[in-house]
Amino acid sequence: MKNLIKKLTETSSPSGYESAIREVIRAEISSLSTNIKVDALGNLIVTMGKKTDKGLRIMIAAHMDEIGVIVSHVEKNGLVRFSNLGTILPQYLVGSRVVFLNGVRGVINQDRPDDLHKIMTQDKHFIDVGAASDKDCPLKIGDVGVFDRGFVELGKRVSAKSLDDRVSCAVMIEVMKTIKNSPHELAFVFSTQEEVQSKGATTAAYEIEPDLAIALDVTPSLDIVGVKMQVDLGKGPAIKVRDVGMLSDPRMVRWMEETAKKNNIAYQLEVLDIGTTDAKVMQISKAGMPTGALSIPCRYVHSPSEVLDMDDVQATVTLLTALLNSPVSLE
Amino acid sequence: MSPQTKSTFKVGKAQLDLLEELTNANGVSGNEIDIREIIRKKVAPYADEIKVDGMGNLLVVKHAKKPNAIKVMLDAHMDEVGFMIVEEDGDGLYEFEQVGGGDERQFVSKPVCVGSQKLPGVIGSKPIHLATDDEMHSVISQQSMRIDLGPAGKGKAKRGDYAAYATKFIRSGDAIFAKALDNRLGCATLIELLRTAPDHIELLTAFTVQEEIGLRGAMVAAYDFYPQLAIAVDSTPAFDFERPDGNENTQYNCKLGGGPAIYIADRGTLSDPRLIRFLTRIAEENKINFQYRQPGGGGTDSGALHVTRGGIPSVSVSVPGRYAHTAVMVARISDWQDTLTLLQNALAAVTPEILSGDRA
Repeated sequence: MKNLIKKLTETSSPSGYESAIREVIRAEISSLSTNIKVDALGNLIVTMGKKTDKGLRIMIAAHMDEIGVIVSHVEKNGLVRFSNLGTILPQYLVGSRVVFLNGVRGVINQDRPDDLHKIMTQDKHFIDVGAASDKDCPLKIGDVGVFDRGFVELGKRVSAKSLDDRVSCAVMIEVMKTIKNSPHELAFVFSTQEEVQSKGATTAAYEIEPDLAIALDVTPSLDIVGVKMQVDLGKGPAIKVRDVGMLSDPRMVRWMEETAKKNNIAYQLEVLDIGTTDAKVMQISKAGMPTGALSIPCRYVHSPSEVLDMDDVQATVTLLTALLNSPVSLE
Repeated sequence: MSPQTKSTFKVGKAQLDLLEELTNANGVSGNEIDIREIIRKKVAPYADEIKVDGMGNLLVVKHAKKPNAIKVMLDAHMDEVGFMIVEEDGDGLYEFEQVGGGDERQFVSKPVCVGSQKLPGVIGSKPIHLATDDEMHSVISQQSMRIDLGPAGKGKAKRGDYAAYATKFIRSGDAIFAKALDNRLGCATLIELLRTAPDHIELLTAFTVQEEIGLRGAMVAAYDFYPQLAIAVDSTPAFDFERPDGNENTQYNCKLGGGPAIYIADRGTLSDPRLIRFLTRIAEENKINFQYRQPGGGGTDSGALHVTRGGIPSVSVSVPGRYAHTAVMVARISDWQDTLTLLQNALAAVTPEILSGDRA
């Protein structure tokens, strides 16, 4: 599974430009279903199984996009100014490397600071691609790139860019490979543009019209913003109770907790006060549906070096498989 | 399709008269009726179907003359930023609120036109003679301003009445000075494109309401049309001044004289790369002046269009304009002409094949 996560996180595909990661994922799952679609927004939708008497149509979404940069201006001196695709945190910029989809690499630095101890805003940063002038700069307005950072193992933990949310893509692929005899029709969605307000999941949910929806994403671990109800690495998947954009259906939370207990899977409960997931838009699609989310605890989210624990990843596969293999009774 | 012969759109007196009529009329968000009536009359000779939906969008269809034609939606919002009367203080002085994202720094001393009776007034505040040092260096808050209708306006306006800037259209050489160029430029563009529409496309045009307060009209218009692709035509701010410190201006958004601004990314939309490539190809093949709007904040009706139903490949094209969301904007006739030329050539060349591959 580490190899799969390495392959997925070392692919460059920022929001709105997901074709590269889509093809990597398609190659992994193409033998598992005859019903594979790409919709107008680029979502990869893989449907497995048929809805039986005891089954539902369940949408499971993991987003395949990652945060990125987009060129907004090339200065006469060859330095490149940029805007963000998704939330880029300025504290992670200086010294970071980026790679553009056309293969161009660059390093990020900043304008001369007035105060060395203050983090400057994103517009005070530039990308140096080694060009001496705008004439020989290989980038133009609109070119997109991502953090340039390889996957590394740190004991039983791993670090990479875009673990948010390629780790959930990996989880979903593993579940698709192992699941057998599910009573449900399962629509696995590798969604696009989650980092820019879940655009992909919005249109996918509209088309699929599921009875029930589950989002898979990472959730920030560590007490970085003074959040008291943090989740910890290594203590299992987090069952989402709420975040800024969504209140999980309480019946879904109970169902997930009961299933985890029955299968002896350690889990945590998540109450998050920054950010949200695809679950936000799925829950209110058309006439609405019971919606919940499983989150994998992750440190340094949206940095070039996110960190998570492989035990949590494996436990998430086990829990999701257990959830999808049996009839759902929401109480 | 075989390569097209470029058709150059010529903006003449008829087009400028149309834009003058549209910008001099008032249509603050939620009160677009005057604009809608002007447009309805203008498009009647070219339209196969005209309807007004539940939100007040004007939906105009020109059918293809061939079967299985591609359904192309063009969108332009009719509304403009403005004001709403809240309370009379007596003597024709009125408290007011903003409608849409106006620029509070420039409200004061602007002539306005209030209510369906079109009462003349001016936004007033404390004169410079009485201002304290602090007040001289801060923005005058909207709460301390009043719309002054004079004694004749006493009791005439009531809570909920709309007010719009009273600026009148002026042309000077290649420049146009007018209010509400955002987005009567887009409305005039759609009217002209309806007039000149090619036969092979099903042209679905939406003149939308309430863009300035959250793309509310476009949501339902796109739901109704559900086209194969959509283009929002709008006006986008240009801040193409030299910087006072002599450093390079790296945040101009777009430039006057640079031609139509094609959107790649804004706060609400990541344009479909296939449509960006298509418009770029049309511009380059036909040597039409164009620019990419700088990726960044801001947004257009595309933000609502592309997430409608199962998703609609969408892009925006804007005419650049300085001083957006103020009492007077400045645009270039040549930029508008290039915008019309780009879109006219794009409509002539559009086929379903441009969307045949998966989105990038």
